[in-house]
Amino acid sequence: MIGFTAYTGRMFLNLCSFIGELAIFCIRVFTNTLTPPFFMRAFFSSVVQIGWLSLPVVGITSFFTGGALALQIYAGGARFNAEEVVPSIVAIGMVRELGPVLGGLMVAARVASSIAAEIGTMKVTEQIDALSTLSTDPIKYLVVPRLVAAFLTVPLLVGIGDSIGILGGYVVGVTRLEFNNTIYLINSINYLELWDILSGLVKGAAFGCIIALMGCFFGMRCEKGARGVGQATKSAVVSASVLILAANYFLTEAFFSS
Amino acid sequence: MIEVSDLYKSFDQNHVLRGVNLKVHDGKSMVIIGASGQGKSVILKCLLGLIKPNSGKILLNGFDPNSRQKSVIRSKVGMLFQGGALFDSLPIWQNVAFRYLHGKQKINAKEARKIAIEKLERVGLKKSFADNFPSELSGGMQKRVALARAIATQPEIIFFDEPTTGLDPIMAQVINDLIRELVVELGITAVTITHDIQSVRSIADEVALLHNGIIQWSGLLNQLDKSKNKYLKQFIAGSTVGPIESLR
Ligand SMILES: Nc1ncnc2c1ncn2[C@@H]1O[C@H](COP(=O)(O)OP(=O)(O)O)[C@@H](O)[C@H]1O
Ligand SMILES: [Mg+2]
Repeated sequence: MIGFTAYTGRMFLNLCSFIGELAIFCIRVFTNTLTPPFFMRAFFSSVVQIGWLSLPVVGITSFFTGGALALQIYAGGARFNAEEVVPSIVAIGMVRELGPVLGGLMVAARVASSIAAEIGTMKVTEQIDALSTLSTDPIKYLVVPRLVAAFLTVPLLVGIGDSIGILGGYVVGVTRLEFNNTIYLINSINYLELWDILSGLVKGAAFGCIIALMGCFFGMRCEKGARGVGQATKSAVVSASVLILAANYFLTEAFFSS
Repeated sequence: MIEVSDLYKSFDQNHVLRGVNLKVHDGKSMVIIGASGQGKSVILKCLLGLIKPNSGKILLNGFDPNSRQKSVIRSKVGMLFQGGALFDSLPIWQNVAFRYLHGKQKINAKEARKIAIEKLERVGLKKSFADNFPSELSGGMQKRVALARAIATQPEIIFFDEPTTGLDPIMAQVINDLIRELVVELGITAVTITHDIQSVRSIADEVALLHNGIIQWSGLLNQLDKSKNKYLKQFIAGSTVGPIESLR
């Protein structure tokens, strides 16, 4: 009994210190983001890493998701003779929910892991210490460019993913569900409001921040050895994914509940 | 001048440094020896302001590395890390010229590259390596690049953490000679950590032995073999019998 209490007590304290550590990290990152210098070259290479190279993954996922969504909504809609809602529901569903969430999760898997592994390896091989001794703040040099790049590129990825998802729905709608192609396109666009699209992009920006922060945070506190790097990578992906899903709920609540 | 007094550092229950005192005069080369895991690297990290000590005073040329003066110190200090710690995403010349490409000492890239090549040649590396990446070089070459990076901005103080560990004896001697030359030629104050007694004889003016968190012995190089200190005698002899336990 005492053992159990002591154990939960210790776990609770560990959790508190972890959250504290994360909060301090985030504060340091944000203050460093707002003060010069800004490492342009590192920023552009992060844009390529995070944005450009994630395009295939995000594109393919979105295409199939849009297609599956069309089939599901068609099947569901058929139960009350409302098959014609397929185009607009696919569009709204993609843009508001699936585009940002799936895009975010795919980028988290690809990018949070590689950031954590890269920074973690730098940490265990003392490259982070070397940066400091060369009068360069590791937060400024490593974290800020990745954060800003993710913040800017993930919404773009989401936008592209949205379009490709709608395209996936269209292809399935026209080829498999016998929709007329002009009517499908018109219905996709007609019921879509600007705010549907914007809210998804805002979510994307938030998820981008989560991904970069988790990757960098777990990389920077990586422990020695190959094991440490593996642990850091895993923690970064898991926490980024969980936080994305949680944040998605709260953002949806904030944007659309009234 | 480097002054360390009553330096304490512990990690949780692990009391690594328990009152370290050291003094290194300008232009002198101090070598700290000791078994592995005794906290030699921790001393250097405290000197660099990378680890905050629990207590104690550190002054490097009059500045405290754990205060707001940190950035002043860092611009005057060079460090060779145990594993080299080269940035593997940057080519060799950008590693060496890092300070010239970023931050306060920034100059144009062409000039920076010229200086980098100069420094590489100074440590015996051919110009043709400048555009390679660190992973394409052997361990000894990586150490040399790291050395070139450490001396790139004419530091007043330089730290070497096990410069010869992991190198063959001949390469080790090359690095030792290089360090000695640089220290003498550039008049740099140096602190070197090693457990290689050959390095000690090649590069030290003064020697200090760290064990159980304190400096057990310190003196000039020529006093090394005359000393009756039991830690020192065991360490030089490489004996398993003595106050330094071989199993830990
Ligand atoms: N950042 C750290 N966190 C926790 N313990 C550390 C840290 N750095 C060093 N130590 C511990 O301090 C001791 C001395 O380490 P170190 O200075 O690397 O030894 P060495 O004399 O071989 O250079 C070791 O027991 C090591 O586990
Ligand atoms: Mg060490």
